[in-house]
Amino acid sequence: MTEEIITSGRDIPFIDPVLNIWHWQIPLYLYLGGIAAALVFFSAYFYIRGRGNELKTSVQIAPMLAPVVIVIGLLALLLDLRHPAYFWQLYTTIRFNSPMSWGAWTLGLIMPLSIIWPLTYLKEIQKYYEKNKFFSGILEWLERMINMIKPVKSLIEWFTVNRYFLAWVNIILAVILGVYTGILLSAFNARPLWNTSILGPLFLTSGLSTGAAVIMWWSRSAKERIIFSRIDLLLIAVEGFFIIHLFMGFLASGAVQIEAAELFLGGEFTAIFWIGVVVIGLILPAMLETMELFGYHIPISIPAILILVGGLIFRFVMVEAGQITRYLY
Amino acid sequence: MKTRREFIKISTVAAGGLAMVKPALSWAPDFLKKDIKPLDESKAQRFPTFCEVCFWKCAGFTYLNKEGNIQKIIGNEKDPHSNGRFCPRGTGGVGMYYDNDRLKTPLKRVAGKNGEGPSFKEISWDEAFDDIAANMKKIAKEHGPESMALLYHASSGSYFKHLMKAYGTKNIAKPSYAQCLGPREAGFVATYGAGISSPEPTDIKNTQCLVLIGNHVGENMHNGYVQEVADAIERGVTIVTVDPRFSTIASKSKYWLPIKPATDMALLLAWIHVIIYDELYNKKYVEQYTFGLDELKSHVKNFTPEWAYTKTDIDPKDIRDTAYEMAKAAPAAIVHPGRHTTWYGDDTQRTRAIAILNALLGSYGKKGGWYFPEKKKVPAFPHPEYPHPHWTWKDITRKTYKSAGTGISNDLIKASLPSNKSEHKIKGWFVVGTNLLTTVPDQKITKEAIANLDFMVVVDTMPAEITGYADIILPECTYLERYDDIRSSQHRFPNIALRMPAAKPRFNSKPGWWMAKQIAERLDLGEYFAYDTVEEELDWKFKQMGTSLEEMQKVGVKQFTKEKELYLEDGEEYYFNTDTGKIELYSLDLEAKGYDPMPKYTEHRQPDQNFYRLIYGRAPMHTFGRTSNNPNLTDLMSENKLWVNPKVAKIWGLAADQEIWLQNQDGKLSSFPIKVRITERIRHDSVYMVHGFGSAKGELSRAYGRGASDSELITNVKYDPIMGGTGMRENFVTFLTDNPHKEAKEAARKEANS
Amino acid sequence: MRYGMAMDTRKCVGCSDCVVACQTENNVPLGYARDWIVESTVGTYPNLDMEIRSERCNHCDNTPCVRTCPTGASHVIEGGIVKVTPEECIGCGACIQACPYDARYFHPDGYVDKCTFCDHRVAKGQTTACVAVCPTKSLTFGDLDDPNSDVSRLLRDRKWKVLAPEAGTKPQVFFLT
Repeated sequence: MTEEIITSGRDIPFIDPVLNIWHWQIPLYLYLGGIAAALVFFSAYFYIRGRGNELKTSVQIAPMLAPVVIVIGLLALLLDLRHPAYFWQLYTTIRFNSPMSWGAWTLGLIMPLSIIWPLTYLKEIQKYYEKNKFFSGILEWLERMINMIKPVKSLIEWFTVNRYFLAWVNIILAVILGVYTGILLSAFNARPLWNTSILGPLFLTSGLSTGAAVIMWWSRSAKERIIFSRIDLLLIAVEGFFIIHLFMGFLASGAVQIEAAELFLGGEFTAIFWIGVVVIGLILPAMLETMELFGYHIPISIPAILILVGGLIFRFVMVEAGQITRYLY
Repeated sequence: MKTRREFIKISTVAAGGLAMVKPALSWAPDFLKKDIKPLDESKAQRFPTFCEVCFWKCAGFTYLNKEGNIQKIIGNEKDPHSNGRFCPRGTGGVGMYYDNDRLKTPLKRVAGKNGEGPSFKEISWDEAFDDIAANMKKIAKEHGPESMALLYHASSGSYFKHLMKAYGTKNIAKPSYAQCLGPREAGFVATYGAGISSPEPTDIKNTQCLVLIGNHVGENMHNGYVQEVADAIERGVTIVTVDPRFSTIASKSKYWLPIKPATDMALLLAWIHVIIYDELYNKKYVEQYTFGLDELKSHVKNFTPEWAYTKTDIDPKDIRDTAYEMAKAAPAAIVHPGRHTTWYGDDTQRTRAIAILNALLGSYGKKGGWYFPEKKKVPAFPHPEYPHPHWTWKDITRKTYKSAGTGISNDLIKASLPSNKSEHKIKGWFVVGTNLLTTVPDQKITKEAIANLDFMVVVDTMPAEITGYADIILPECTYLERYDDIRSSQHRFPNIALRMPAAKPRFNSKPGWWMAKQIAERLDLGEYFAYDTVEEELDWKFKQMGTSLEEMQKVGVKQFTKEKELYLEDGEEYYFNTDTGKIELYSLDLEAKGYDPMPKYTEHRQPDQNFYRLIYGRAPMHTFGRTSNNPNLTDLMSENKLWVNPKVAKIWGLAADQEIWLQNQDGKLSSFPIKVRITERIRHDSVYMVHGFGSAKGELSRAYGRGASDSELITNVKYDPIMGGTGMRENFVTFLTDNPHKEAKEAARKEANS
Repeated sequence: MRYGMAMDTRKCVGCSDCVVACQTENNVPLGYARDWIVESTVGTYPNLDMEIRSERCNHCDNTPCVRTCPTGASHVIEGGIVKVTPEECIGCGACIQACPYDARYFHPDGYVDKCTFCDHRVAKGQTTACVAVCPTKSLTFGDLDDPNSDVSRLLRDRKWKVLAPEAGTKPQVFFLT
C-alpha cells in the first residue's frame, strides 16, 4: 500500500516543507548557556566544599568567563527573535508553564550574580595575571571604576563577606540553567525527537562536561587538571549512559519516536552524530583522559577542544534534527 | 504561586515602569496596535457584480474596505449559480484587479509580425479607435464587411457582437463551442431537438443516480454544479464515475470504472444493450416519447458487456451492475454528458449515445433527471435593423459540418489561411477575451492564419499570448471595474443579475461597451448605440423586464416566477423539436445529412511504446490561462505537474518533482519543463496535467515558464465531422530528461564554430 | 460556550476556497496560509482510496502553544478560541515548535500568526470566513456545548476523527469520515 500526501496551497517560509525556524542562534545559545551554568556551578560547589584556594581556576578565575558567555548567548537569542522590539515583554510576566519564561528569568538573575562573583575575587585575579601587562591594565582600570561608584563598591564588599550565601544561590540557579537548556526542548511534545525527559539531564551533563573542559584547559595547577579530568571522565560516562538510554527510549516508543531515532540510525544525521558528537566529543577525549591517568603525557588542550567541539555539534544536531521530526505526515 | 498581576505590582519599581506599558497599550492609537482590523460588513460599501473568472457567472457583492479599496468578494444568496458561496476563483477574483501585470494602455504594433519582443507603441484611445475604424472600413471596401470575424469569450463580447452585426458580418464564433461543448449540443439537438446550454438543467438536487463520463466535477469548479453534487454525496446518491484517472469525484463515487482511454463509446453501447435487452428501460416513457427503439435494439445486439470488456478493460459485472443502478434510480438518474466533449472526433455520436441512454431511462423532463429550464429574454436597446450580410459562417462551415449550431472558431481561422482561395475569406479578426493560441489546437494553423490577416484587434485584460500577435491591443478593465450586459441565465426559475463597477478602472483601461460604442461612432454606426451612458441602456432594459437599475444596484439578483412547468407530467403530451416530433433514438436528421443515424464504435489510436496519452483537465483554483497570473490563485497553485504512474516512473528512472521535457508524436517539444508527480491515480498508458500553464509570455510574471503548456503539444486534431469540433485527446507524449533546447542550441553553436 | 469545527472529508473536493477566502477576509499576506488542504491517497491503481481535508489551527483544549508562550501573547479567549496578541509577541517561535499541526507561522511583520476562528466575525454572530464560503458546505462551525448546534448534531450522527490524538492536545476540529 503506497500512501501519498500532498499539502496544497501552502508553502510558508521556514515552516514548509520541513520546520526550520531555529537556526544557529538557538544551538549556540544552548551551548553557551550550558558552559556558563557549569562554570557557575563548579565555582560555587568547590567553594562550598572549602577548596577555593586549592582549585583556584575553577573557583576564582574561570567564573569571569561566565558573564561574557552569557552575554554572547543572549545576543544570539536576541538575533533569533523575529519581533525583537518587543523583547522586554519577557520581563513583564512570569509563566510557570513555559520553560522559556523560566529561562528568561533565570538568565536575568544569573547575569548580575555571575558578574558579582568574579568581582569579589578581583584581587586574586589580578595576582593570577600580574605577569600579563595588558590584562593587568584592564583589571586595574576596573578596580578604579568600582572604587569610584560607592554603592557598587559596598555591594561587592557585602558579597565578598557573604560569599557562602551567594554560592548557594549560584548553585541552584546554575543547575536550573543547565537543566533548562534541555527542558526547553523537551517541553515541545510536538517534536518527537525532543519530547523525552532524558533531554534535561543529558544537556545538563553535557554542559557540565564542556564547562569542566574549559576549566581543565584554563587551569595552571596539575592537581586541578587531574581532578577536573576525572570529573570529566565521570561526566562523559554518565552522558554516554544517557545517550544509550535516549535511543532505547525512542525505539521502545511510538512510530513517530522510532522515526525520530532512525534519523540517527541510518538517516541523514547518522554520520554527524556518531562521529561528530560521540567519537569526537565523548569517546576520544575519554580515551585520552584515561591514558593521561595512566601516566601518558597528553597536552591538555586536545581533549578539551574535542569536548568543546563535540558539545557544540551536539546542540546543532539536536536542534536541526528535532525540527524535522513531527507527528503528522 | 504568584499571579501575573501581583508580580507586576511588586516589580513595578524594578522593571522601571515597563509593566505599566502593557495596560497602557489598550488605549493606544490604532497605528501602535498590530491587531487586524477586519471589515465590518454591515457598514462596508458593497457593489453587486457577477464573476468573470470563469463562464459560470456567479453573482455576488464586491466589498470595499475602510480605505475604499476592494477587499473581498462574497456570493449573493439569491443567486442560484452560487447560492451565496463563491468558488476559489471567484473569491480570488480580487487578484485580477490588483494584478500589476495587466494591460495598461492601448498599444499599436510598429514592427513586423513576429509575435515576439516589445514591438508595441503606446497610443491614445482616439488613435486606437481611428486606426481600427480605418482598417475596418478598408476591409469592408476591399473584401466586404463579412470578411471581419469576431472571436470572443468575455462578457463584453455581447457589445462587440452587436457592433459586428451592425457593421455587416455574422462571422462570429465562441471557441467554447467547437473547442468545448459543441459536440454535446449537437448530440442533444439530434436526439431531443434542443441543446443543453449553460448551466446544464440537470436536476442533481433531486437525483438518485449520477453517471459521470470523463467529467471531473470537484476539479472543475462549476459552482452550482459542484454544490448540487456535494449535496448529492451527502444524501448518499449513487455516483458512477467513468475516468481513466482516479479523480476527486472518483474517490467519492460508489463505482469508479477505470476505463481505457478512447473507449467510452463501447461502454455506452454496452449499457444501452443491457438496458434494452434486460428490459430495464422505462417502457411507458420510451413508448410515448421516443422513435426508433427497434432499430436501436437490433443495432446494439452485439454490444454486450463481454464485448465492451475487451475494449474498455472494465469488468462485465461492473458494466451490468452500474446499468442496473441507473435503471433502479430512473427516472431520477442522470447520465451527464460533460462539458468539454471534444475528444476523439466521434464526439457528437458519443454524446448522442449519452442522450439516448437518458431517454431510455426516461429521465429527460423528469424530476431527478433533466428539468426544463427557463430564461428571461433580455430586450435589445432599440436600434436600426442589422444589414444583411452576403454570406455568413454557414457558407463556410455547413458544407462540411452540417450540424454546426453556431460559428466554428477553427473554421473561421482556416478561412483566414492563404490557402483559402474561395470568395469566403476572413481578412480581419476582432478577438475579445480569448487566448486563441492555447484554446484552439494545432497552433501552427492559427499562427499561419494570423500572419495572413490584414488586421487584428485584441481586447483583453491581461497580456496573454494572443496579444503578442495583434495590430492593436485594447486594454479592457476587469469585471470589478465596469458595467456589462445583463446576465440572464436559464435555471429552475428565470433570474437576472447586474454587474456594476466597484472601483474606477486602473491605469488607462476601459470597459468593453465603451470601446464598442466609440468604434461604432467612427464607423457611422452610432445609431446602433443610441444611448449616452451604459447606465441609461441598462436601466431601459431593466425597466422592460420589470425592475430598474436602481433596484438591481441594491439587490444584485432578481428572480422571476417560472411560466412553464419544470417537469413533464405523467403521460403529458410533448412535442420535441425533431423531424418526428419525438426523441429520436434513430436520428433521421443525421441520416439525411449522411451521418450515422445511431452511434457506432470506432477504435481509436492507442499510444506507441514509450509514448503516453496526454490527458488534460482543470484544477479547482484556476480557470486555465485566465488565472495563471492571478496573485491570489497562483499562491494556491503556481504551476502544473505531470501525473505519472509509479510503474512508468520506475521504467524511466524518474524521481518526484524531477523536471522533464515532453515531445509529442509529431516531434513537437514543450517549451518549458514540467515537474513530475508520481502518483497511483493515473493509468500506466496516460499522463495528466492541468491545462493553462507554461505561458511563454514574459510580461506575465507569475505565469511565465511555470509548468508546461499542453496546448503546444496538441498538434493532432480529430475534427468531428458532424459539427466541426476539434478533438484533442489523440496526442501522445514521450519524456526527455535532458533539456532538448539546450542541446539544440549547443548543436547550433558547434556548427557555427566548426 | 465552546467553539469547534466539523470538517466533512466526504464532501470536500480540495478546491482551496477556504484558503483564499481566509486570505481576503483576514489580510493574510500572499505566500502565507492560515488554513490549507491535505490530500491523502492510499493504494495501487486501480484499488485506490483518497481523503481530502481542510486543516487549520485546531484551537485545542490542551493547548501546548499557550502553555509554552513566555510572554502570554498566546492566550485563550472566550469560547476556547486561541489567539495571539501581536504587540506582546517577541517572535521566539516556541509556540510554533510546540504545535504538532504546524498551524502557526511567523507573519512577515515578525509576530506569530494563525487561524483565529474569525473571532471578529463570531463576535458579531457570523460564522468564520472559510465556513461561509465553502461551496460544498463541508465546513461547519458552532458551539460544541450546545447540543442542538449543527456541529454537535454532526458529531452525534457521523463518525469522526481528530488529527494526532496521541499528541494529547485535545483538538476541537473534527474530521467527519
